[in-house]
Amino acid sequence: MSLVVVQTGLLSLVQDSGRPGLGHLGVSTSGAFDRVALRQVNAVLGNAADAAVIEAIGGGLALRATEAHVVAVTGAAGPVTIDGRQAAYGRALRLAAGQQLELGTAVTGLRTYVAVAGGLDVGRELGSAATDTLAGLGPPPLAVGDELPTGRPSALPEVDDVPPLGIAGDMTLDVVLGPRDDWFEPDAMRRLLDEPWQVSGASDRVGVRLTGPTLDRSRAGELPSEPCVRGSVQVAADGQPIVFGPDHPVTGGYPVIAVVVDAHTDRLAQARPGQVIRFRRRP
Amino acid sequence: MNIRPYGDAALLLDCGDLEEAQAWFAALRHEAEVVLGARTVLVRGEPSSLRALVGRTTPQDPTTAASSPLVEVPVTYDGPDLVEVADLTGLSRDEVVAAHTGAPWTVAFGGFAPGFSYLVGGDPRLAVRRRSSPRTSVPAGSVGLAGEFSGVYPRASPGGWQLIGRTSLQMWDTSRDQPALLTPGTIVRFVTG
Repeated sequence: MSLVVVQTGLLSLVQDSGRPGLGHLGVSTSGAFDRVALRQVNAVLGNAADAAVIEAIGGGLALRATEAHVVAVTGAAGPVTIDGRQAAYGRALRLAAGQQLELGTAVTGLRTYVAVAGGLDVGRELGSAATDTLAGLGPPPLAVGDELPTGRPSALPEVDDVPPLGIAGDMTLDVVLGPRDDWFEPDAMRRLLDEPWQVSGASDRVGVRLTGPTLDRSRAGELPSEPCVRGSVQVAADGQPIVFGPDHPVTGGYPVIAVVVDAHTDRLAQARPGQVIRFRRRP
Repeated sequence: MNIRPYGDAALLLDCGDLEEAQAWFAALRHEAEVVLGARTVLVRGEPSSLRALVGRTTPQDPTTAASSPLVEVPVTYDGPDLVEVADLTGLSRDEVVAAHTGAPWTVAFGGFAPGFSYLVGGDPRLAVRRRSSPRTSVPAGSVGLAGEFSGVYPRASPGGWQLIGRTSLQMWDTSRDQPALLTPGTIVRFVTG
Protein backbone atom coordinates (compact mmCIF):
# COMPACT_ATOMS: atom_id res chain seq x y z
CA MET A 1 0.00 0.00 0.00
CA SER A 2 1.72 3.13 -1.13
CA LEU A 3 1.64 6.26 -3.23
CA VAL A 4 4.43 6.99 -5.67
CA VAL A 5 5.56 10.56 -6.32
CA VAL A 6 5.39 11.23 -10.08
CA GLN A 7 5.89 15.01 -9.86
CA THR A 8 6.74 17.03 -6.75
CA GLY A 9 5.40 20.46 -7.65
CA LEU A 10 7.35 23.41 -6.27
CA LEU A 11 7.79 21.96 -2.78
CA SER A 12 5.95 19.08 -1.14
CA LEU A 13 6.62 18.11 2.47
CA VAL A 14 5.32 15.51 4.87
CA GLN A 15 3.56 17.20 7.79
CA ASP A 16 1.53 16.19 10.82
CA SER A 17 0.83 18.00 14.08
CA GLY A 18 4.55 18.39 14.75
CA ARG A 19 6.67 18.27 17.90
CA PRO A 20 5.05 20.37 20.61
CA GLY A 21 6.75 20.80 23.98
CA LEU A 22 10.39 20.47 22.90
CA GLY A 23 11.29 24.15 22.93
CA HIS A 24 13.75 23.54 25.77
CA LEU A 25 15.74 21.34 23.33
CA GLY A 26 15.79 24.07 20.70
CA VAL A 27 13.10 22.29 18.67
CA SER A 28 10.08 24.18 17.34
CA THR A 29 6.65 22.62 16.96
CA SER A 30 6.83 22.60 13.15
CA GLY A 31 4.00 20.49 11.62
CA ALA A 32 1.32 21.61 9.18
CA PHE A 33 1.36 25.38 8.63
CA ASP A 34 -2.43 25.28 8.11
CA ARG A 35 -3.59 23.12 11.02
CA VAL A 36 -7.23 23.64 10.05
CA ALA A 37 -6.61 22.04 6.65
CA LEU A 38 -4.71 19.17 8.34
CA ARG A 39 -7.61 18.44 10.68
CA GLN A 40 -10.14 18.69 7.86
CA VAL A 41 -8.34 16.44 5.43
CA ASN A 42 -7.87 13.76 8.07
CA ALA A 43 -11.48 14.07 9.27
CA VAL A 44 -12.78 13.50 5.73
CA LEU A 45 -10.93 10.17 5.62
CA GLY A 46 -11.55 9.03 9.19
CA ASN A 47 -7.84 9.33 9.98
CA ALA A 48 -6.41 10.33 13.36
CA ALA A 49 -6.44 14.15 13.53
CA ASP A 50 -2.63 14.21 13.51
CA ALA A 51 -2.01 11.62 10.77
CA ALA A 52 0.84 12.51 8.40
CA VAL A 53 -0.20 14.16 5.14
CA ILE A 54 1.46 16.06 2.29
CA GLU A 55 1.69 19.87 2.39
CA ALA A 56 2.17 21.01 -1.21
CA ILE A 57 2.95 24.46 -2.50
CA GLY A 58 2.76 25.82 -6.03
CA GLY A 59 0.71 23.09 -7.73
CA GLY A 60 2.06 20.28 -9.88
CA LEU A 61 2.20 17.50 -7.27
CA ALA A 62 1.27 14.17 -8.90
CA LEU A 63 0.88 10.88 -7.02
CA ARG A 64 0.22 7.40 -8.43
CA ALA A 65 -1.59 4.75 -6.39
CA THR A 66 0.12 1.34 -6.37
CA GLU A 67 -3.14 -0.22 -5.19
CA ALA A 68 -6.66 1.05 -4.57
CA HIS A 69 -6.48 4.03 -2.20
CA VAL A 70 -8.83 6.67 -0.87
CA VAL A 71 -7.40 10.20 -0.79
CA ALA A 72 -8.64 13.74 -0.14
CA VAL A 73 -7.47 17.28 -0.84
CA THR A 74 -8.03 20.39 1.32
CA GLY A 75 -6.38 23.77 1.91
CA ALA A 76 -5.73 26.14 -0.98
CA ALA A 77 -8.36 26.07 -3.72
CA GLY A 78 -7.18 24.84 -7.09
CA PRO A 79 -7.77 22.21 -9.74
CA VAL A 80 -7.65 18.55 -8.68
CA THR A 81 -7.65 15.81 -11.30
CA ILE A 82 -7.59 12.01 -11.36
CA ASP A 83 -6.08 10.73 -14.62
CA GLY A 84 -6.79 14.15 -16.11
CA ARG A 85 -10.46 14.26 -15.12
CA GLN A 86 -11.61 16.92 -12.68
CA ALA A 87 -12.12 15.58 -9.16
CA ALA A 88 -13.92 17.05 -6.15
CA TYR A 89 -12.24 19.11 -3.51
CA GLY A 90 -12.63 18.39 0.21
CA ARG A 91 -14.14 14.91 0.02
CA ALA A 92 -12.98 11.27 -0.18
CA LEU A 93 -11.75 10.33 -3.66
CA ARG A 94 -11.21 6.74 -4.78
CA LEU A 95 -8.04 5.99 -6.71
CA ALA A 96 -7.85 2.61 -8.46
CA ALA A 97 -4.46 0.92 -8.74
CA GLY A 98 -2.37 2.84 -11.26
CA GLN A 99 -4.50 5.97 -11.20
CA GLN A 100 -2.85 9.33 -10.76
CA LEU A 101 -3.94 12.28 -8.60
CA GLU A 102 -2.65 15.65 -9.70
CA LEU A 103 -2.89 19.15 -8.24
CA GLY A 104 -3.04 22.23 -10.43
CA THR A 105 -1.82 25.66 -9.37
CA ALA A 106 -3.89 27.07 -6.51
CA VAL A 107 -6.13 29.98 -7.45
CA THR A 108 -6.86 31.04 -3.86
CA GLY A 109 -4.54 30.31 -0.97
CA LEU A 110 -1.08 28.79 -1.18
CA ARG A 111 -0.78 25.45 0.58
CA THR A 112 -2.73 22.34 -0.40
CA TYR A 113 -3.01 19.27 1.82
CA VAL A 114 -3.26 15.76 0.41
CA ALA A 115 -4.09 12.87 2.73
CA VAL A 116 -4.54 9.17 2.16
CA ALA A 117 -6.89 7.00 4.19
CA GLY A 118 -4.71 5.39 6.86
CA GLY A 119 -2.23 8.27 6.78
CA LEU A 120 1.32 8.27 5.44
CA ASP A 121 3.39 5.72 7.33
CA VAL A 122 6.78 7.39 7.10
CA GLY A 123 9.52 7.37 9.74
CA ARG A 124 9.18 9.61 12.77
CA GLU A 125 11.84 11.70 14.42
CA LEU A 126 11.22 12.93 17.97
CA GLY A 127 7.70 11.54 17.74
CA SER A 128 6.67 13.23 14.52
CA ALA A 129 6.92 12.75 10.75
CA ALA A 130 6.89 16.51 10.16
CA THR A 131 9.65 18.10 8.12
CA ASP A 132 11.14 21.01 10.06
CA THR A 133 12.89 22.97 7.33
CA LEU A 134 14.95 25.07 9.75
CA ALA A 135 16.02 22.40 12.23
CA GLY A 136 16.59 19.69 9.63
CA LEU A 137 14.27 17.20 11.33
CA GLY A 138 11.94 14.76 9.60
CA PRO A 139 12.01 13.46 6.05
CA PRO A 140 13.52 15.48 3.20
CA PRO A 141 11.15 17.15 0.69
CA LEU A 142 9.36 14.69 -1.58
CA ALA A 143 11.36 13.68 -4.67
CA VAL A 144 10.24 12.08 -7.91
CA GLY A 145 10.14 8.30 -7.48
CA ASP A 146 9.62 8.35 -3.70
CA GLU A 147 7.30 5.57 -2.61
CA LEU A 148 5.23 6.69 0.38
CA PRO A 149 3.91 3.77 2.48
CA THR A 150 0.43 4.22 3.91
CA GLY A 151 -1.18 3.03 7.14
CA ARG A 152 -4.26 0.91 7.59
CA PRO A 153 -7.41 2.87 6.69
CA SER A 154 -10.44 3.20 8.99
CA ALA A 155 -14.04 3.07 7.77
CA LEU A 156 -14.87 6.24 5.82
CA PRO A 157 -16.97 8.56 7.96
CA GLU A 158 -20.16 10.27 6.78
CA VAL A 159 -19.03 13.87 6.64
CA ASP A 160 -19.92 16.95 4.65
CA ASP A 161 -17.60 18.20 1.94
CA VAL A 162 -15.00 20.65 3.23
CA PRO A 163 -14.84 24.09 1.59
CA PRO A 164 -11.47 25.39 0.38
CA LEU A 165 -9.43 27.61 2.68
CA GLY A 166 -7.57 30.73 1.64
CA ILE A 167 -8.88 34.25 1.30
CA ALA A 168 -9.04 36.25 -1.92
CA GLY A 169 -8.23 39.93 -1.42
CA ASP A 170 -6.88 41.48 1.76
CA MET A 171 -6.29 39.22 4.73
CA THR A 172 -6.85 40.55 8.26
CA LEU A 173 -4.92 39.05 11.17
CA ASP A 174 -5.68 39.92 14.78
CA VAL A 175 -2.65 40.72 16.92
CA VAL A 176 -1.88 41.32 20.59
CA LEU A 177 0.64 44.17 20.86
CA GLY A 178 3.95 43.47 22.58
CA PRO A 179 5.96 42.07 24.20
CA ARG A 180 8.47 44.63 22.82
CA ASP A 181 6.20 47.38 21.51
CA ASP A 182 8.15 49.73 23.78
CA TRP A 183 11.19 49.29 21.50
CA PHE A 184 9.38 51.16 18.71
CA GLU A 185 8.39 54.74 17.93
CA PRO A 186 4.67 55.43 18.49
CA ASP A 187 4.49 56.06 14.76
CA ALA A 188 5.67 52.50 14.09
CA MET A 189 2.76 51.12 16.10
CA ARG A 190 0.36 53.25 14.09
CA ARG A 191 1.89 52.06 10.82
CA LEU A 192 1.75 48.42 11.87
CA LEU A 193 -2.00 48.66 12.50
CA ASP A 194 -3.04 51.14 9.80
CA GLU A 195 -0.92 50.39 6.75
CA PRO A 196 -1.25 47.52 4.27
CA TRP A 197 1.55 44.92 4.32
CA GLN A 198 2.52 42.97 1.26
CA VAL A 199 3.58 39.31 1.49
CA SER A 200 7.10 38.91 0.10
CA GLY A 201 8.07 36.09 -2.24
CA ALA A 202 10.93 35.29 0.16
CA SER A 203 8.42 33.88 2.66
CA ASP A 204 8.60 30.28 3.79
CA ARG A 205 7.67 28.02 6.70
CA VAL A 206 10.21 29.76 8.95
CA GLY A 207 8.55 33.12 8.48
CA VAL A 208 6.28 35.15 6.26
CA ARG A 209 8.18 38.29 5.31
CA LEU A 210 6.18 41.45 4.83
CA THR A 211 7.08 44.64 3.01
CA GLY A 212 5.66 48.06 3.76
CA PRO A 213 6.61 51.25 5.59
CA THR A 214 9.66 51.09 7.86
CA LEU A 215 8.92 50.37 11.52
CA ASP A 216 11.41 52.63 13.28
CA ARG A 217 12.83 51.62 16.61
CA SER A 218 13.02 53.99 19.53
CA ARG A 219 16.15 52.33 20.88
CA ALA A 220 19.29 50.86 19.40
CA GLY A 221 21.11 47.68 20.32
CA GLU A 222 20.13 44.05 20.25
CA LEU A 223 17.72 42.31 22.53
CA PRO A 224 19.20 39.42 24.52
CA SER A 225 17.81 36.29 22.77
CA GLU A 226 14.25 35.56 23.82
CA PRO A 227 11.79 32.79 23.02
CA CYS A 228 9.48 33.10 19.99
CA VAL A 229 6.26 31.43 18.93
CA ARG A 230 4.41 30.75 15.71
CA GLY A 231 2.85 34.17 15.05
CA SER A 232 5.58 36.36 16.61
CA VAL A 233 5.94 39.52 14.51
CA GLN A 234 9.66 40.17 14.67
CA VAL A 235 11.11 43.36 13.22
CA ALA A 236 14.60 42.90 11.79
CA ALA A 237 17.26 45.60 11.46
CA ASP A 238 15.77 46.81 8.15
CA GLY A 239 12.51 47.78 9.89
CA GLN A 240 10.41 45.22 8.00
CA PRO A 241 8.30 42.67 9.88
CA ILE A 242 8.49 38.91 9.58
CA VAL A 243 5.73 36.76 11.04
CA PHE A 244 7.08 33.46 12.27
CA GLY A 245 5.65 30.24 10.87
CA PRO A 246 5.79 26.68 12.23
CA ASP A 247 9.55 26.20 11.62
CA HIS A 248 10.54 29.42 13.45
CA PRO A 249 13.74 29.60 15.48
CA VAL A 250 13.05 28.84 19.15
CA THR A 251 14.76 32.04 20.27
CA GLY A 252 15.44 35.27 18.42
CA GLY A 253 17.39 38.46 18.99
CA TYR A 254 15.15 40.99 17.25
CA PRO A 255 12.30 42.68 19.11
CA VAL A 256 8.80 41.22 18.67
CA ILE A 257 6.40 44.14 18.17
CA ALA A 258 3.20 42.07 18.30
CA VAL A 259 1.98 38.48 18.18
CA VAL A 260 -0.70 37.16 15.80
CA VAL A 261 -3.44 35.35 17.73
CA ASP A 262 -2.93 31.62 17.47
CA ALA A 263 -6.04 30.81 15.41
CA HIS A 264 -5.11 33.37 12.76
CA THR A 265 -1.64 31.93 12.15
CA ASP A 266 -3.33 29.23 10.04
CA ARG A 267 -4.68 31.90 7.69
CA LEU A 268 -1.13 33.06 7.20
CA ALA A 269 -0.28 29.64 5.73
CA GLN A 270 -2.51 30.56 2.81
CA ALA A 271 -1.11 34.07 2.22
CA ARG A 272 0.22 34.33 -1.32
CA PRO A 273 3.20 36.44 -2.39
CA GLY A 274 1.90 39.92 -3.19
CA GLN A 275 -1.25 39.49 -1.12
CA VAL A 276 -2.07 42.31 1.31
CA ILE A 277 -2.20 41.64 5.03
CA ARG A 278 -3.69 44.03 7.55
CA PHE A 279 -3.13 43.76 11.27
CA ARG A 280 -5.98 44.53 13.63
CA ARG A 281 -5.48 45.07 17.32
CA ARG A 282 -7.38 42.29 18.99
CA PRO A 283 -10.68 43.76 20.17
CA MET B 1 10.09 40.50 37.05
CA ASN B 2 7.52 42.01 34.67
CA ILE B 3 4.83 40.00 32.95
CA ARG B 4 4.56 40.97 29.30
CA PRO B 5 1.79 39.91 26.91
CA TYR B 6 2.75 37.35 24.26
CA GLY B 7 -0.23 36.83 21.96
CA ASP B 8 -3.27 34.89 23.15
CA ALA B 9 -1.52 31.61 23.95
CA ALA B 10 1.52 32.57 26.06
CA LEU B 11 3.03 35.09 28.47
CA LEU B 12 6.58 36.40 28.66
CA LEU B 13 8.25 36.81 32.04
CA ASP B 14 10.75 39.63 31.62
CA CYS B 15 13.43 39.20 34.29
CA GLY B 16 16.27 41.43 35.39
CA ASP B 17 18.95 38.94 34.50
CA LEU B 18 19.60 35.35 33.48
CA GLU B 19 19.68 34.08 37.07
CA GLU B 20 16.20 35.39 37.79
CA ALA B 21 14.94 33.92 34.51
CA GLN B 22 16.49 30.56 35.43
CA ALA B 23 14.79 30.71 38.83
CA TRP B 24 11.36 31.25 37.22
CA PHE B 25 12.11 28.55 34.63
CA ALA B 26 12.99 26.10 37.42
CA ALA B 27 9.83 26.96 39.37
CA LEU B 28 7.46 26.67 36.41
CA ARG B 29 8.91 23.87 34.29
CA HIS B 30 6.73 21.17 35.86
CA GLU B 31 3.61 23.36 35.87
CA ALA B 32 3.53 24.56 32.26
CA GLU B 33 5.40 24.45 28.97
CA VAL B 34 8.25 26.92 29.39
CA VAL B 35 11.11 28.09 27.18
CA LEU B 36 14.06 29.99 28.63
CA GLY B 37 15.73 32.98 26.99
CA ALA B 38 18.68 35.10 28.09
CA ARG B 39 16.53 37.36 30.31
CA THR B 40 13.07 35.96 29.74
CA VAL B 41 10.86 32.92 30.20
CA LEU B 42 8.07 32.15 27.74
CA VAL B 43 5.17 30.29 29.36
CA ARG B 44 2.64 28.71 27.02
CA GLY B 45 -1.05 28.55 27.85
CA GLU B 46 -4.12 30.68 28.34
CA PRO B 47 -2.80 34.07 29.55
CA SER B 48 -5.22 34.77 32.41
CA SER B 49 -4.74 31.34 34.00
CA LEU B 50 -0.98 31.72 33.52
CA ARG B 51 -1.08 35.06 35.36
CA ALA B 52 -2.76 33.26 38.26
CA LEU B 53 -0.17 30.47 38.13
CA VAL B 54 2.72 32.95 38.14
CA GLY B 55 1.04 34.85 40.99
CA ARG B 56 1.07 31.81 43.26
CA THR B 57 4.57 30.63 42.24
CA THR B 58 7.83 31.50 43.98
CA PRO B 59 10.98 31.48 41.87
CA GLN B 60 13.40 28.69 42.83
CA ASP B 61 17.12 28.78 43.13
CA PRO B 62 17.92 26.74 40.00
CA THR B 63 21.08 25.29 41.54
CA THR B 64 19.19 23.69 44.43
CA ALA B 65 16.23 22.54 42.34
CA ALA B 66 18.04 19.36 41.33
CA SER B 67 21.59 18.10 41.21
CA SER B 68 23.00 19.35 37.94
CA PRO B 69 24.53 16.83 35.54
CA LEU B 70 28.15 17.41 34.56
CA VAL B 71 29.44 16.90 31.02
CA GLU B 72 33.11 16.99 30.08
CA VAL B 73 33.71 18.25 26.54
CA PRO B 74 37.15 17.47 25.08
CA VAL B 75 38.27 20.21 22.71
CA THR B 76 41.08 20.54 20.20
CA TYR B 77 41.92 24.23 20.45
CA ASP B 78 42.85 25.01 16.85
CA GLY B 79 39.91 27.19 15.81
CA PRO B 80 40.29 29.74 13.00
CA ASP B 81 39.48 32.64 15.35
CA LEU B 82 41.80 31.68 18.20
CA VAL B 83 44.29 34.38 17.19
CA GLU B 84 41.58 37.01 16.88
CA VAL B 85 40.15 36.08 20.28
CA ALA B 86 43.64 36.39 21.75
CA ASP B 87 43.97 39.86 20.16
CA LEU B 88 40.52 40.97 21.34
CA THR B 89 41.06 39.80 24.92
CA GLY B 90 44.71 40.74 25.26
CA LEU B 91 45.52 37.18 26.27
CA SER B 92 47.96 34.78 24.68
CA ARG B 93 46.52 31.80 22.82
CA ASP B 94 47.50 29.51 25.71
CA GLU B 95 45.82 31.89 28.15
CA VAL B 96 42.61 31.80 26.09
CA VAL B 97 42.64 28.00 26.30
CA ALA B 98 43.44 28.10 30.01
CA ALA B 99 40.58 30.55 30.60
CA HIS B 100 38.11 28.48 28.57
CA THR B 101 39.01 25.25 30.38
CA GLY B 102 39.68 26.85 33.77
CA ALA B 103 36.14 27.60 34.91
CA PRO B 104 33.01 25.45 34.56
CA TRP B 105 30.24 26.74 32.30
CA THR B 106 26.50 26.24 32.80
CA VAL B 107 23.91 25.65 30.10
CA ALA B 108 21.65 28.68 30.28
CA PHE B 109 19.18 28.10 27.48
CA GLY B 110 18.81 26.49 24.07
CA GLY B 111 17.77 27.89 20.74
CA PHE B 112 19.20 28.82 17.35
CA ALA B 113 19.27 25.14 16.37
CA PRO B 114 18.31 21.81 17.98
CA GLY B 115 20.96 20.88 20.52
CA PHE B 116 22.59 24.31 20.51
CA SER B 117 23.09 25.59 24.05
CA TYR B 118 24.13 29.00 25.30
CA LEU B 119 26.71 28.43 28.04
CA VAL B 120 27.33 31.06 30.73
CA GLY B 121 29.41 31.51 33.83
CA GLY B 122 32.82 31.11 32.22
CA ASP B 123 35.84 33.35 32.59
CA PRO B 124 34.58 36.93 32.01
CA ARG B 125 37.81 37.85 30.17
CA LEU B 126 36.57 35.73 27.26
CA ALA B 127 33.65 38.03 26.40
CA VAL B 128 34.22 38.92 22.74
CA ARG B 129 32.02 40.37 20.03
CA ARG B 130 30.64 38.21 17.24
CA ARG B 131 32.47 38.13 13.94
CA SER B 132 31.60 41.20 11.87
CA SER B 133 30.54 38.91 9.04
CA PRO B 134 29.08 35.47 9.83
CA ARG B 135 30.55 32.41 8.15
CA THR B 136 28.22 30.73 5.67
CA SER B 137 29.16 27.33 7.05
CA VAL B 138 30.56 26.38 10.43
CA PRO B 139 31.45 22.68 10.86
CA ALA B 140 29.60 20.53 13.40
CA GLY B 141 31.44 20.36 16.72
CA SER B 142 32.95 23.85 16.42
CA VAL B 143 33.41 25.51 19.81
CA GLY B 144 32.76 29.24 19.80
CA LEU B 145 32.49 32.41 21.84
CA ALA B 146 30.06 35.33 21.46
CA GLY B 147 29.42 37.99 24.06
CA GLU B 148 29.16 36.39 27.48
CA PHE B 149 28.39 32.99 25.91
CA SER B 150 30.25 29.92 24.76
CA GLY B 151 28.64 27.20 22.67
CA VAL B 152 29.18 24.16 20.47
CA TYR B 153 27.63 23.95 17.00
CA PRO B 154 25.56 20.73 16.92
CA ARG B 155 25.62 20.51 13.13
CA ALA B 156 27.09 22.36 10.19
CA SER B 157 25.28 25.69 9.87
CA PRO B 158 25.95 29.35 9.15
CA GLY B 159 27.29 31.14 12.21
CA GLY B 160 28.88 34.30 13.51
CA TRP B 161 30.58 33.09 16.67
CA GLN B 162 34.35 33.29 17.16
CA LEU B 163 35.61 29.73 16.73
CA ILE B 164 38.37 28.66 19.10
CA GLY B 165 38.30 24.87 18.75
CA ARG B 166 36.36 21.72 17.93
CA THR B 167 35.04 18.65 19.69
CA SER B 168 34.12 15.21 18.36
CA LEU B 169 31.27 14.82 20.87
CA GLN B 170 27.83 14.50 19.26
CA MET B 171 25.85 17.41 20.69
CA TRP B 172 22.59 16.31 19.03
CA ASP B 173 21.51 12.81 18.07
CA THR B 174 17.82 12.03 17.69
CA SER B 175 18.48 8.30 18.02
CA ARG B 176 19.43 8.86 21.70
CA ASP B 177 16.82 8.90 24.47
CA GLN B 178 18.05 12.39 25.29
CA PRO B 179 18.85 13.86 21.87
CA ALA B 180 20.50 16.98 23.29
CA LEU B 181 23.75 16.30 25.16
CA LEU B 182 23.44 19.63 26.96
CA THR B 183 20.17 20.79 28.51
CA PRO B 184 19.51 23.87 30.69
CA GLY B 185 21.27 23.55 34.04
CA THR B 186 23.95 21.11 32.84
CA ILE B 187 27.46 21.99 34.04
CA VAL B 188 30.01 21.88 31.23
CA ARG B 189 33.73 21.53 31.71
CA PHE B 190 35.89 21.97 28.62
CA VAL B 191 39.13 19.96 28.66
CA THR B 192 42.00 19.90 26.20
CA GLY B 193 42.13 16.72 24.22
